[in-house]
Amino acid sequence: MATLTEAPPPLSPTAPTGKPPRRRGRWTPYLLLLPGLLWLFVFFALPMIYQASTSVQTGSLEEGYKVTWHLATYWDALSEYWPQFLRSVLYAAAATILCLVLGYPLAYLIAFRAGRWRNLIMILVIAPFFTSFLIRTLAWKTILADGGPVVGALNTLHVLDVTSWLGWTAGDRVLATPLAVVCGLTYNFLPFMILPLYTSLERIDGRLHEAAGDLYARPVTTFRKVTFPLSMPGVVSGTLLTFIPAAGDYVNAELLGSTDTRMIGNVIQTQFLRVLDYPTAAALSFILMAAILLMVTFYIRRSGTEDLV
Amino acid sequence: MPLVNWLKRHFVVIAGLLTLAYLLLPNVVVTVFSFNKPKGRFNYEWQQFSTDAWKDPCGVSGLCGSLSLSLQIAVWATLGATALGTMIAFALVRYRFRARGAVNSLIFLPMAMPEVVMAASLLTLFLNLGAQLGFWTILIAHIMFCLSFVVTAVKARVMSMDPRLEQAAQDLYAGPAQTFLRVTLPIAAPGIAAGALLAFALSFDDFIITNFNAGSTVTFPMFVWGSAQRGTPVQINVIGTAMFLIAVLLVLTSMVIGNRRNRQKA
Repeated sequence: MATLTEAPPPLSPTAPTGKPPRRRGRWTPYLLLLPGLLWLFVFFALPMIYQASTSVQTGSLEEGYKVTWHLATYWDALSEYWPQFLRSVLYAAAATILCLVLGYPLAYLIAFRAGRWRNLIMILVIAPFFTSFLIRTLAWKTILADGGPVVGALNTLHVLDVTSWLGWTAGDRVLATPLAVVCGLTYNFLPFMILPLYTSLERIDGRLHEAAGDLYARPVTTFRKVTFPLSMPGVVSGTLLTFIPAAGDYVNAELLGSTDTRMIGNVIQTQFLRVLDYPTAAALSFILMAAILLMVTFYIRRSGTEDLV
Repeated sequence: MPLVNWLKRHFVVIAGLLTLAYLLLPNVVVTVFSFNKPKGRFNYEWQQFSTDAWKDPCGVSGLCGSLSLSLQIAVWATLGATALGTMIAFALVRYRFRARGAVNSLIFLPMAMPEVVMAASLLTLFLNLGAQLGFWTILIAHIMFCLSFVVTAVKARVMSMDPRLEQAAQDLYAGPAQTFLRVTLPIAAPGIAAGALLAFALSFDDFIITNFNAGSTVTFPMFVWGSAQRGTPVQINVIGTAMFLIAVLLVLTSMVIGNRRNRQKA
């Protein structure tokens, strides 16, 4: 009996999609998991608990902090810093939409049109990852400099009149305005949009496009009815991968913005590292996390792709 | 209207290339300004062509020290995260066990969390434990946030692996260790390499988490951050340019080698 059950299962012709095979050694998976999960528990989960406790403490740096369940910190933090929260969400949303609009054609180009240039373009998308993003963000200071060619061109085209009227830029300046920050955010997180989009586009069978064409669909219709719906998993993970880090970012707002463009990341950083008001900083960080988790859950529900993980 | 028609037909190509230009524009600027000879402390305006910075890339105090520190941390973080992450990925794909869903969520969460939240919470842990901030706290943090990315990369590769290959090895009387070393590992290697490469890039370039947990230790991104306030030396652009070129070269060579191997197999 024992020898019978130990015999290998009949081979299915459609491997490797089935369930993982049961193996010898019941403890092997746990041993494999233990070190990594322990690391994540001690340095990811446990810190969250510490932070939760910090956020309900009162006290001062000199006298020490005590847990007093002072939940009012949350209320105070929210009422004082709601403009920065709102701004973070708006900037991140704007950057995400821009990333989608800019990234989609490039992902499409790599997936369907690039031919033998595909690898080269792919390298050019990925290579900046290996150049310090801070250096590249600083380069935007040069690109968007006052009186520089970009600002000059936008001025001549009267674009800056419109954007200034909308409050996105100030006079004939682009640096230190919301537009510069959103431009930096879009730039920095664009690859996080392009890569998932490319992955999902690449999986689409090119013959579907031909089929749509054979059925007299115009290119726009083919895109709307075939390509875009099939690329939804990429759109969803791409928007999440850009929105979440963009909402918490403080580098772009610091390097390209001004005090009027401070995002919640800037506030958390200042509170934690300069003001040393740990309870407020911890509360702010938790509010940001909760807000993002809520938005992400809602978004995933709406877009109907829950098997994202 | 032949021009309008042409634009319409090639819309995707034109729009895609414009985006690519947007992506690469800062790299071009970084490269051009690595040949600049700025007048003041800041290297934001073009003054004069010069190769001084290229001849003396370490000419600014602290720069090359921070660079070598970042490289060291990235190497150790890559080794740590790749080892731990590969083990988790194998366990997740190859074994069925209780709490698989919970493990999957614990892996996913660090990737879905704004960096500043992780950075701040880790700092509260270290402050509470009274840990000395520096090399070790940076390394711990980097392994933590690189881990999930390695797991994802390796998982993708192992999932597409045919388990029958291993069964075949065992049918040919290979022991478990032999099967793993001669069959499983070589097939999983590209996924592990991708994960390691990603971990290296993420660790080397990380600023936000390092900024919170570095204490007075200065990594390369932190050096750049500090220089944005104090005045950016041209050498920073030199290093940025060199890193871009090295990355392109590395990827190109790995592709050429990969192509050659594929051709040999065919």
